Amino acid sequence: MNLAEAGRVAITAIGANRLRSALTVLGVVIGVMSVVLLVAVGTGARNEVTAGVEDLGSNLLLVVPGSFDFGQAPTLSKFSLDDVERVRRELGGAVSVSGNLASGETVRAGSVSAFASVLGVTAEFDSVVNREVGRGEFLSESDVATGRRVAVLGSSAAEALFPATDPIGKTVTIAGLRFRVVGVLDELGAALGVDRDSQVLMPITAAQRLFGTRRVDTIFVKAGSAADLDAVSQRLQGVLAERLDPEEFSVLSQQEILGVAGQILDTLTLVLAAIAGISLLVGGIGVSNIMLVSVQERTREIGLRKALGARTRDITSQFLVEAIVLCGVGGLIGIGVGVGLAAVATTFTPLPAAVTGWSVGLAFGVSVGVGVLFGTFPARRAGRLDPVVALRYE
Amino acid sequence: MTPVVEVVDVTREYVLGGGRGVDAAVVRALRGVTFRVDPGEFVAIVGPSGSGKSTLLHLLGALDRPTSGQLRFSGRDVAELDDTDLAALRNREIGFVFQQFQLLARTSALANVGLPLVYRSSGRAERRERAAAALAAVGLSHRLGHRPSQLSGGEQQRVAIARALVTQPRLLLADEPTGNLDSQTGADIMRLLRGLNVDAGVALVVITHDPEVAALAPRQIRIRDGLLEPSTVGAERA
Ligand SMILES: Nc1ncnc2c1ncn2[C@@H]1O[C@H](COP(=O)(O)OP(=O)(O)O)[C@@H](O)[C@H]1O
Ligand SMILES: [Mg+2]
Repeated sequence: MNLAEAGRVAITAIGANRLRSALTVLGVVIGVMSVVLLVAVGTGARNEVTAGVEDLGSNLLLVVPGSFDFGQAPTLSKFSLDDVERVRRELGGAVSVSGNLASGETVRAGSVSAFASVLGVTAEFDSVVNREVGRGEFLSESDVATGRRVAVLGSSAAEALFPATDPIGKTVTIAGLRFRVVGVLDELGAALGVDRDSQVLMPITAAQRLFGTRRVDTIFVKAGSAADLDAVSQRLQGVLAERLDPEEFSVLSQQEILGVAGQILDTLTLVLAAIAGISLLVGGIGVSNIMLVSVQERTREIGLRKALGARTRDITSQFLVEAIVLCGVGGLIGIGVGVGLAAVATTFTPLPAAVTGWSVGLAFGVSVGVGVLFGTFPARRAGRLDPVVALRYE
Repeated sequence: MTPVVEVVDVTREYVLGGGRGVDAAVVRALRGVTFRVDPGEFVAIVGPSGSGKSTLLHLLGALDRPTSGQLRFSGRDVAELDDTDLAALRNREIGFVFQQFQLLARTSALANVGLPLVYRSSGRAERRERAAAALAAVGLSHRLGHRPSQLSGGEQQRVAIARALVTQPRLLLADEPTGNLDSQTGADIMRLLRGLNVDAGVALVVITHDPEVAALAPRQIRIRDGLLEPSTVGAERA
């Protein structure tokens, strides 16, 4: 019996028990769907992180507290404005440097209030992370030096606080202190579900006073070109090491951040895929079970086919093909549902799921593999039936 | 003349009760049978229920192997053939007709008849053509697309006969072919089988416990308790 014939027989047999076949492949459908969907979500998250990190601009080095490692708990920063100054002095004009301090605060403008991420920064922040001022101007060196109470609003923060008026020259109140708005940033868009346009920027010195700290959370350094990056990183570490212990800070390139984030997301994706794989396996056991029932029910048919000249391997391949077709169809349905749900997730959640070709191919391959794996035992049992006994079977 | 099939001092025992255990019982279905079927012959095998008729027929049809003794097809001993060879032998040289018809449900008469050709890699077109011809030969040209449930018992048995014939076998084996039919339809079926035996020259072995059916055969073998009755065996080569 050739494959096409076995396929026709399989489809007839599956069609003869439509409901049972559908229930049987449900496990495979769910398993494949989960693989496709979860990998899509994982990939989508990864794309978001990549886009978010790349959005920061090119040739960026980030100094963060503690050792930045997979599974490392965040550490409280030991950086101060002195460190920022020393970096600026030592690394010279080839780089732009920004020291940053962040906190979530309620910002008020008259009767309107909005919750915003308040970011204390130094004057080069806009050029370090590629932010454009749309109206007014950015914070100046003297603003930072004197701790002047001025603020630059993200575009959506400006819209929320001043829906009808031009915010430039107006006042916002944060924790009881008044800040004069000097600029509004261009729109940036969201990354990872974080609306960066709702940020409120102020001189880091003013922010330190506002939050009652001398701390600097992070230091950003922008190198002149990609070729300089390694040299700048070396010198940066040297400068910081003069005052800080090596465990108290890490200098990271965007590549390194992507590497660590990618590692976390890959692990997450793998764990999700493994869970989905288990449901696929359970689905396979269901297929095996129903194939055994099918072999039992068709014992006389098997006896007859053998009497008419079917060899052991004809019968085995007939049932194996049936299991494979069953799982393959389940796989295709699962892929369809998974892709559909990924589209739904992209439309209705902040996390765009990205369906990848390899996950679809893998899921289909695995479902066919499940068919082979779990079809083999019932198929071999069918093939080994004694024709005389099978023909007598009631 | 080389016999189509031949058994020499054949026994067939079934072990009941799970094999080697002390309480295992052995059923001796055939206890030393010697018998041959020549090309084009028509033999009826008669005997009471449980006497070993079906067991013998399964051996003659290469569906089973003897416990001892020799079973030869056209001179070849089955001891030298593996299961794949036996499958090919059944496909090429033997046609079966069963009491229960054994047609595939949800499958047209045409596809049922074409089934043996599936196992010799015939193309679909050839299969349809030969199946249609075989159905015409049993007078069912007008029922090609019918399913077994849409056919009468007699028609179903005709489909089964067409299926047995479609491979142009040398030996046709029928186990109580009229057992599930009324006597009129049974007589029609026997006429059909007899005609095929005469016209196509296919050797025919029919198991029956109906004396009227047996009487149609030029040669009758009686079996009882797994042994052929001496009178009939002695008479056979006279
Ligand atoms: N597969 C089997 N296992 C055990 N006993 C069997 C088997 N097939 C047949 N028998 C026994 O062998 C004897 C002959 O059976 P069978 O050839 O079917 O008789 P008949 O066809 O003449 O009615 C009976 O006693 C039957 O019970
Ligand atoms: Mg019988």
